[in-house]
Amino acid sequence: MKLDVRFGTAGLALAAALTLGASPAALMAATPADTLVIADKIDDIVSLDPAEAFEFSGVNIINNTYDSLIELDPNKPGELIPGLAESWDVSEDGLTFTFKMKEGITFASGNPVRAEDAAWSLQRVIKLNKTPAFVLAQFGFTPENVEEMIKADGDTVVITLAKPFAPSMFYNCLTAGLAGIVDKETVMANEVNGDMGNEWLKSNSAGTGAYVLRSFKPQDSYVLDRRDGYWRGDAKLKRVRVNHIPESATQRLQLEKGDIDIARGLSNTDVAGLEGKADVKVEEAPKGYIYYIAANQKNEILKKPEVMDALRWAVDYKGITDTVLKGQMMVQQGFLPAGYLGSLDETPYSLDVAKAKELLAAAGYPNGFEVTMTVRNDQLRMEMAQAIQNTLGQAGIKVTLKPGAGAEVLGDYRARNHELTLQSWGPDYPDPHTNASTFAWNPDNADEAKLTGVLAWRNAWDPGELTAAVDAAVVERDTETRKAMYEDMQRKFRDDSGFVPMFQEIAQTALRANVSGFHTGGTIDSATYWYTEKN
Amino acid sequence: MTITETPAPRSPSKLWRRTKTVLSVVLALAATFLGLLFVTFIIGRVVPIDPVLAIVGERASQAQIEAARTALGLDRPMWEQFYIYVVNVFQGDLGTSLLTRRPVLEDIMNVFPATLELATIATIFGVLTGIPAGVLAATRPGTWIDQIVRIIGLAGYSTPVFWLGLMGLLLFYGTLGWVGGGGRVGNEFVDILEFDIARVTGIVLIDSALAGEWAVFANALKHAILPSAVLGYYSMAYISRMTRSFMLNELSQEYITTARVKGMPEWRVIWVHALKNVMVPLITVIALSYANLLEGSVLTETVFSWPGLGMYITNALFSADMPAVLGGTVVVGLVFVAINMLSDVLYRLVDPRAK
Repeated sequence: MKLDVRFGTAGLALAAALTLGASPAALMAATPADTLVIADKIDDIVSLDPAEAFEFSGVNIINNTYDSLIELDPNKPGELIPGLAESWDVSEDGLTFTFKMKEGITFASGNPVRAEDAAWSLQRVIKLNKTPAFVLAQFGFTPENVEEMIKADGDTVVITLAKPFAPSMFYNCLTAGLAGIVDKETVMANEVNGDMGNEWLKSNSAGTGAYVLRSFKPQDSYVLDRRDGYWRGDAKLKRVRVNHIPESATQRLQLEKGDIDIARGLSNTDVAGLEGKADVKVEEAPKGYIYYIAANQKNEILKKPEVMDALRWAVDYKGITDTVLKGQMMVQQGFLPAGYLGSLDETPYSLDVAKAKELLAAAGYPNGFEVTMTVRNDQLRMEMAQAIQNTLGQAGIKVTLKPGAGAEVLGDYRARNHELTLQSWGPDYPDPHTNASTFAWNPDNADEAKLTGVLAWRNAWDPGELTAAVDAAVVERDTETRKAMYEDMQRKFRDDSGFVPMFQEIAQTALRANVSGFHTGGTIDSATYWYTEKN
Repeated sequence: MTITETPAPRSPSKLWRRTKTVLSVVLALAATFLGLLFVTFIIGRVVPIDPVLAIVGERASQAQIEAARTALGLDRPMWEQFYIYVVNVFQGDLGTSLLTRRPVLEDIMNVFPATLELATIATIFGVLTGIPAGVLAATRPGTWIDQIVRIIGLAGYSTPVFWLGLMGLLLFYGTLGWVGGGGRVGNEFVDILEFDIARVTGIVLIDSALAGEWAVFANALKHAILPSAVLGYYSMAYISRMTRSFMLNELSQEYITTARVKGMPEWRVIWVHALKNVMVPLITVIALSYANLLEGSVLTETVFSWPGLGMYITNALFSADMPAVLGGTVVVGLVFVAINMLSDVLYRLVDPRAK
């Protein structure tokens, strides 16, 4: 008996230790009233230097800590509004752009914003030549010529292009995060070994934005503090904290308990589980990601047009969005996401197994054929792939799925070793050229050309006349004509290419009911925190 | 491994013997490490993932990829890459992570305390519950108490930790609100932790106590208790099963019968005489389970958003970030060795024969 008593006390002590945390205050947590707490997945951040950041989470921070010369209106997708420039102009020949700087704007450091800062910031992108530099470099800037081509002149910035481009294309590129204007004096004071402050800016901010970066802990969290005297008017909330919460169920629990204000990484099942909860709401906004199947055109079977058509009719677009993706994607059969100049909202293809079978018979495969499809092994993609496998199977195409890690599947694709592959593509900058130049442009389809950055090349597809059409559209100066060119291009691509575009991603953001004014940035921009408030 | 703190040896032959022992230990350690590094290194090179692709991004041209490959030294022969790596490691340089672009050592110093905190509390939990449960089961073999301990142990072995963590969160955080839900402190305290409390050890419970921030300490405890209980459950399952079998064996020994015949109280027979002898093999069991936890539990860390070593190494693996994976492996290897040595020392304290 003595034994039991002793164990009893141990057990009691244990129970006491366990309930130690059960103070009454814990029952309903709340975030601090002047702080916006967001749960997201932020382990993609590599750098917070505008000239280097090119991942979703990093660019979100840039969008709130820096401004560009011109910007996209967070309330009206696709429309340009003044940023640090009050007006802008392009010369008759389409080569010279002039931006007049606004007066009286200061950086967070208190330094005034000069045309000098703006020109230097853009030159810096080209000179540092980090991942996003190509967005500007495609206009003909090189480290050698950039000081000549981008110049400060009094209170204007004068930019000369190597050849004429569609002005809308150039403007759109200037709204991207990489064109954020940095505080030259502050950044250069932190220069190490001629790095133009790159190392320092990886974890500090020096911009004009509504917020300044207070702290950044990789794969853990970041904190933004409001700056006083933001030129658009001070942000509503004093502080924004974004925590890295990789697990959807954990995000959902924290949101329901009021431990966070916004959850940005919920799975479709967790979003569905929030339905009917009074103190939580879900907002939907399209995102830029396109999901598509690429069919290697080196493959004797897949290169037959009838086979490609059969694939197009053998995917259950609607069924997949309704049952598998449950609100996380919409059908998109063009290569441009909705919200982009020239995007199409036509969806002519739907599941028609009989038609797919006819087409296969016409191609000489009345009994179908066997093929493999590589897919990244995350849950959503696997479910999508299985649904595709199912309906393709009904039409007689026997698909073997080959799941793999992201880099593995990508490596295979870049080496042109795939048969079918389920892929996604996110635009690099807010202009249609970003997707057109990769899906429908391939000047040299030879293996030796190694245009591994171009999707059409990876898929060994020769777009024929479309390559020239892409080159023409990017220099077309009339925006309406330009729009029509992209529409035309996409119809041809949709009906006759080595690709089957299927879906566009939708961001489902879950917020506490008292949070308003949060913008995800939609398809073409990044999140804005400065309009967000809590009541 | 026989490193001891003994008075200076009296004879030269003894000194030589000691030196030889120490030398052989050092050599064995070095060989173990080299082997560990070599195997990890080779695995990292044969996986069908190109580490360069992971860092240059989808858009990169072939020229950019080749440039990055050269910059990383990945174009050199493999033996040369391995040689450079080993030389750097022995100088304390674990390389730079491809993913975070910071020194791996710095990254690991950031994440390891979080894992250490969790593993330590979990092990304390496992020992405090596992040993009594095991003893209880061993002293009543075949009874319902024994069965319950066995069932609890079995459940601990076979329940997926991911599920257990989520269910724990649902019940104790979601429904009852007794514990914190994910992260190391709540969002109402995290600013204090981050901006006002000096980072001394990186272990929140210690740092907040040192700073006298008891509200943060209490909140951190509330956040640590559930993940460590989940992990502790597994170590409890292991420890209780091992305790039971060691104890059963010990209780059948003749000296136990002698003690009982002498009229010694039963609790003394069990808790003092038998347990003391069981402690020797048990220390190894506990050390092993502690070392396992220190590798970082990926799933627990993910469910509880606990920024520890497990999550770090997994992220690195998925991105083919080999410097980080290798660095993490080195640290885990070091931890194993350190804990083994510690258990050797404890051995000596408990078992007079080992002196």
